[in-house]
Amino acid sequence: MEYIDMHAHMASRTTDDYEQMALTGCVALTDPAFWAGFDRSSADGFDDYFHQLTEVEPKRAARVGIRHYTWLCLNPKEADNRSLARAVIEKIPKYLDRPNVLGIGEIGLNRVTRNEVATFQDHLDLAVAHNQMILIHTPHLEDKYKGTRIIVETLLKDGRIDPGRILIDHAEEHTIGMILKNGFWAGITLYPQTKVSPQRAIDMIERAGPERICVSSACDWGPSLPIAIPRFALEMRRRCHSERSIRKIIYENPAAFLSQSPRFTLENVTDRNGQKAAPSAPLGAR
Amino acid sequence: MESAPLPCPMTGVQLIDEYFIENRTRLLDLAAFLDRLDRAADPAVDADFRMRAFREAVRTLSGSDGDRVGRIQMIFSDPRTEPTDGLDQKSACGAYRPEKGER
Repeated sequence: MEYIDMHAHMASRTTDDYEQMALTGCVALTDPAFWAGFDRSSADGFDDYFHQLTEVEPKRAARVGIRHYTWLCLNPKEADNRSLARAVIEKIPKYLDRPNVLGIGEIGLNRVTRNEVATFQDHLDLAVAHNQMILIHTPHLEDKYKGTRIIVETLLKDGRIDPGRILIDHAEEHTIGMILKNGFWAGITLYPQTKVSPQRAIDMIERAGPERICVSSACDWGPSLPIAIPRFALEMRRRCHSERSIRKIIYENPAAFLSQSPRFTLENVTDRNGQKAAPSAPLGAR
Repeated sequence: MESAPLPCPMTGVQLIDEYFIENRTRLLDLAAFLDRLDRAADPAVDADFRMRAFREAVRTLSGSDGDRVGRIQMIFSDPRTEPTDGLDQKSACGAYRPEKGER
């Protein structure tokens, strides 16, 4: 079954992972700007990173027929550093016209400090100034409820951005309600230990209903699973949900959200040799 | 757009048939973790803010009031409403550490 991974840090993954995703039906993914696992020593490193996200990764993905899209920002993990944030945000506009850039993300909060909130606001200003869609990271573990609440309140108070063009990610049982009831899209990340299992994700979808919810692998350099979405689909089948319901969650919903960007398409991908590759064709047939 | 729930097509007994064994395993893992801590006989365990929250969560788990997962999420959550003044550490640790004088 075809699927779209809304959140996959492919700059941290191997070519084998791209291949596994293609073999299991991935036709497109979005790769939000991430933390390197250490704080960068200067803003200049972000030019290289944004080059990787907008030039290098789309070519790696196209080799296996996957469309690669990205979101640009300074990740919340480094957002407490205000001088770094200002310098990185200044760099972003020159990348926004690249063909695979969908918007600003994943912005948000990490430890919910005043500096992080100020950097989040700066990113919102950037998104508004350039009419960009937004992908939002919410904090993990004990910080999640407080951080999500402050993010939602900040967005509602701001009022400049249509909630329908914002996906608030890493939703869990205690935060998904406040995200959906205020008109935002909710993302559920399928990630071992610190995020959500397929079983819990399905519980949330059963309770909230399938509208405006996407699931993703959030795979990165940590212990994570690039093929988490097909495993989620398998779990939905195990629970006797229909193929129609599965397709809505793993393909139609992300396609509907992402299609608000004129850049997003599911038409044929061009591989590194400039040849068209049909995303739904079996890998061996190419 | 409002979303109607997507009810699980399985009956309660079908859910037990399908999921009992793996959840029995999870329960035993949990019990073994608590036994392991007992064997460690370290007085610091009982004072640890994470384990205090953990034991409260276990009590909630065995209750019958519904929405156990939502209530357990809130047991582990930071109850404060304002951003903090500075960054204390980079990563979360899984449970809220009460400030002096709290709890």
